[in-house]
Formats: sequence, structure tokens, C-alpha cells
Amino acid sequence: MSTRKLILAGFGGQGVLLIGQIISYAAMYEEKHVTFLPSYGPEMRGGTANCTVIVSDDPIACPLADSVTDLMAMNLPSLLKFESAVVAGGNIFLNSSLIRESPRRSDVNVIPVDAAGLAEKIGNEKSSNIVMLGAIINKTAVVRYETVEKVLAEKIFTGAKAGLLAKNKPALTAWTE
Amino acid sequence: MSEKVLMKGNEAFGAAAIQAGCDLYFGYPITPQNELTEYMSRELGRAGGTFAQAESELAAINMAYGGACAGKKAMVSSASPGIALMQEGFSFIASAELPLVAVNVSRGGPGIGGIQPGQADYRQVTRGGGNGDYHIVVYAPYCIQEAVDLIIRAFDTAGRYRNPVIVLADGMMGQMMEPVVIPQIRRQSSASEIAAEKPWALTGSGGARDRNVVRSLWLDPQQLEDQNIRLDQKYQRMKQELPEYQSVDLEGAEIVFTAFGTVSRIASEAIRLLGQRGIRAGMIRPITLWPFPYHAFEQIDHSTTKLIVSAELSMGQMIEDVELAVKGRKPVRLIQRSGGMVFTPAELAARAEELLSQYQ
Repeated sequence: MSTRKLILAGFGGQGVLLIGQIISYAAMYEEKHVTFLPSYGPEMRGGTANCTVIVSDDPIACPLADSVTDLMAMNLPSLLKFESAVVAGGNIFLNSSLIRESPRRSDVNVIPVDAAGLAEKIGNEKSSNIVMLGAIINKTAVVRYETVEKVLAEKIFTGAKAGLLAKNKPALTAWTE
Repeated sequence: MSEKVLMKGNEAFGAAAIQAGCDLYFGYPITPQNELTEYMSRELGRAGGTFAQAESELAAINMAYGGACAGKKAMVSSASPGIALMQEGFSFIASAELPLVAVNVSRGGPGIGGIQPGQADYRQVTRGGGNGDYHIVVYAPYCIQEAVDLIIRAFDTAGRYRNPVIVLADGMMGQMMEPVVIPQIRRQSSASEIAAEKPWALTGSGGARDRNVVRSLWLDPQQLEDQNIRLDQKYQRMKQELPEYQSVDLEGAEIVFTAFGTVSRIASEAIRLLGQRGIRAGMIRPITLWPFPYHAFEQIDHSTTKLIVSAELSMGQMIEDVELAVKGRKPVRLIQRSGGMVFTPAELAARAEELLSQYQ
């Protein structure tokens, strides 16, 4: 049995809920079980936003998670709020463009990702969140790159936004260890 | 063609209602169910139905009352304080014996309360806030797929018994996303089909028959008593025919959770966590809250069960029905959060273990 539980967190507007939805679509395409549980309410008008995504080979009883295998922290409040939820040996994906501090935990893998810097390097400053997603896929294989590309093309960058697909695809592979 | 799609609960509720043949939807915005109203505003017209945003919840329920009089499949949705505003309408619609489906995506209360998930509408939906002797059927799905299936059934149940049916979800179920299959079965009845299938409906007699009258006013007390007896006979039949539940691992269980909706998912995980600590736990999950599946509790393994826990996101409402069902044979205790706070599986398991230790 393979199950990954992720918390994706950041400011409202950093696209963390979108990342959760992309992973959820990809998991469904790969015929895995998935739940996507967003925070909702005043977060949508600024402040912190987060979601819990569970991807499993088996049916998922509970969409809430006490502890997670992976945390994506897009800002410092998210790191402070959720770092204790990561299991020992789990991953913290840190948006090092914004977070100067280090996690207090020493029993987890910390993966700093200069999301804004890498996004700028590929010429698409708005793709920081997709850069982070690429790092998560690289380290965890929670879903496959090809599936995510398919999701981006079929669910996200459609209609008037179709032109953005080509600018976002390179962001997926911008981060490497 | 029915394929798996990833949908937000609120949108899936709307999609299910459309496939169930919903003709008319009336709503007024309130968090956390707004995506349902938004979905219906976009999709119901395209599917041949009519969407209207009412000026208030009171207007919405009364528009639905009117639509149901005409034999149309009518629906409303709201969240807790909005459902409270509709209570008069539910009583009138039950009294007039009309089909109606309402979805309540509940949140913390009382009063305006908050917008995070809650289950403190248990009494509101099972006991009702309207006047008089009436009942509303209440379905409480635990996941988005079951919500879809139960909304489709709710239209059938409402039509069969000519009575309002409430589908009780909560903010978490409304906002989360899961893969779901929406059966593609939409079919709307034509005017002549409605006239044939619902001979009581106000479809226009054209002078060819006596006019139909839909009423909830009976000034002659004997007539009103007779009507109440007729209604009660129907409610007694519903109590026989409708109760539904799911039981999980009751055999050999030391502790039995009772939980509905989202909380039953948390309880499933808590049961697994307790199992890891060598404690056998099971669950009774009511699917209908009214009629409550009292008989489910006869299946409890009395030789092993030491404690029954009602796990709720309220200060303890369903526990009254659990106590009626258990009839004092076992201790019944409450584990709860409220106000929009939700216990995690580990918290529920730890509190259950602590309670159990008091009965060893």
C-alpha cells in the first residue's frame, strides 16, 4: 500500500490550492484514490490558504490528516504552522525565495526551492507554484510528470489561457537537486 | 456515459440534482454552499430547467412550494441559518403533501455562527423548526459519491411520499474535491406526463375535470385532525420503509462509535488507530437521520461492547437518538467539537480510549 499525504500552504494568491487540484486531477488520471480538502473562508481574501491532499492506491477513509508525508510551505507562517505535522523522514518543500529561516525539525528532509528565482530564469515569473510542484514530483513521485502535463493541458491552461501552457511546462522541470 | 470526474462537493450536489430531473431550483447565497447555487445558475438552464436567485431564503422556499404545487421537481439549497429561515415553508410543504428536495451544507451555529463545518443542525433537520405534526426525511451522506447517489434518491423519495427530503452535508463535504461518477440519467417529465403521474398537481383542468386544490389550511378541527391522522399514517409507513445505516466491525467491538456524515470518515480512521493499540472498535453510521435507524443498535455485540460513543460536531444532539436506541443497556458518551472545530482521527481515538478506560 502506498499513500502520500500532503499539506500545501501559503498566502492566498500564491496558487497553493491550484497545485493541490493539479495533483488531485493527476492522481485521478492515474486511477489512484484521492481527496482534496481546502481551507475555505476569509483566506480567499488574503491571509493563509492551505489544502490537504491524500493520494493512495487504496480507498481513503478520512480526508483530514493528523500527520503528513510532505509539506509545501510557500511562506513562513505556513512553515511555522505545519512543520510539526510532518512525519519523521518526511519532506518539507521550502520556498526559499521567501523563507530565510530554517525548519526547527532535524528529523525530516528539507528541500529548499528558490521558486521565484527559477521561475524568473525560465522567463515566467508567475510560475513559482509550478516550480514547487515540479520539485514535489521530482522527490516524491506522487504523480508522474507526463500526467501533470496532461492535466495542465486539459484542465488548467484551456480556452483563453491555452497560450500559457508552453510558458508553464518548463517550470515543471526547472528544479533539480 | 458515466465517467469519473474530479468535482467539488457543492458542484457534484448540483450535477446530481440535474441528473435526478430537477426542473426548478431556487436559492440565495450563503457560505459554504455557494458553489451549488453558482453551479445551478450556470447548468440548470442549459439542461432545460429554470434557475432563480430569490431575494431571501423565505422567498426561495416559497417559490419552490409554488413549483411543487404545479408538479415540478423543485429544489432549494442553503446552509444552517438559511435553512432556519426556511422552516415555515417546510411545515407548509409537508402539510400540503408536496415533494421537495433541500440540500443543507451545514456550518457552525447557533445564530449566524461561523462558516466552518458543523453538525449542530441535527435537531433542526430531524425535529424541524416549523409548526405542527410533520416530519422531513433526512439523508446524511459521508462522501461526495454517496451524496450524489442520495440526492438522486431524495427526488424519488420526495415524489413517492409527497414529502420534503433534506440531504444534510457539511462545509467540509461541500468544499472538498473527490473523484465521482455522475450517472447520466436526466429526464424531465412533459406537461402531460406530470398531469398523468401527479393527478393532484395544479396542471390546469381546462374545464375537463374538477379543479385540484393544494392546501395547508383546514379551519374545521375535525378535518384537520383527520388530515393529521392521514399524515401520521404516512410517517409511520416511512419509519418502516426508510431507515438506513451502515455497520462496521460490530462483532467483538469494545467500543462502538455512532457517527454520520464527514465525522464517520474521521471515525473510520480512528477505528484503525485504536486497532493498532489493540482496542477493537466498530461503528454504526446512520444514513437516514429521520427516520433514525434505531434497530441498528440491536446488532451491537453485548458480550464485548463496554461503551457506545456518539461522535458529533455539536454540543451533543444525535446522542439523544442514540440513547433512545440503546435503552440504557450500555453507557452512551459524547465526544464532540463545535463552532467549526473538527477533531482529527488521533484526537477522536485518544478521547475514545480515555473514556473506555473508565469502563474497564
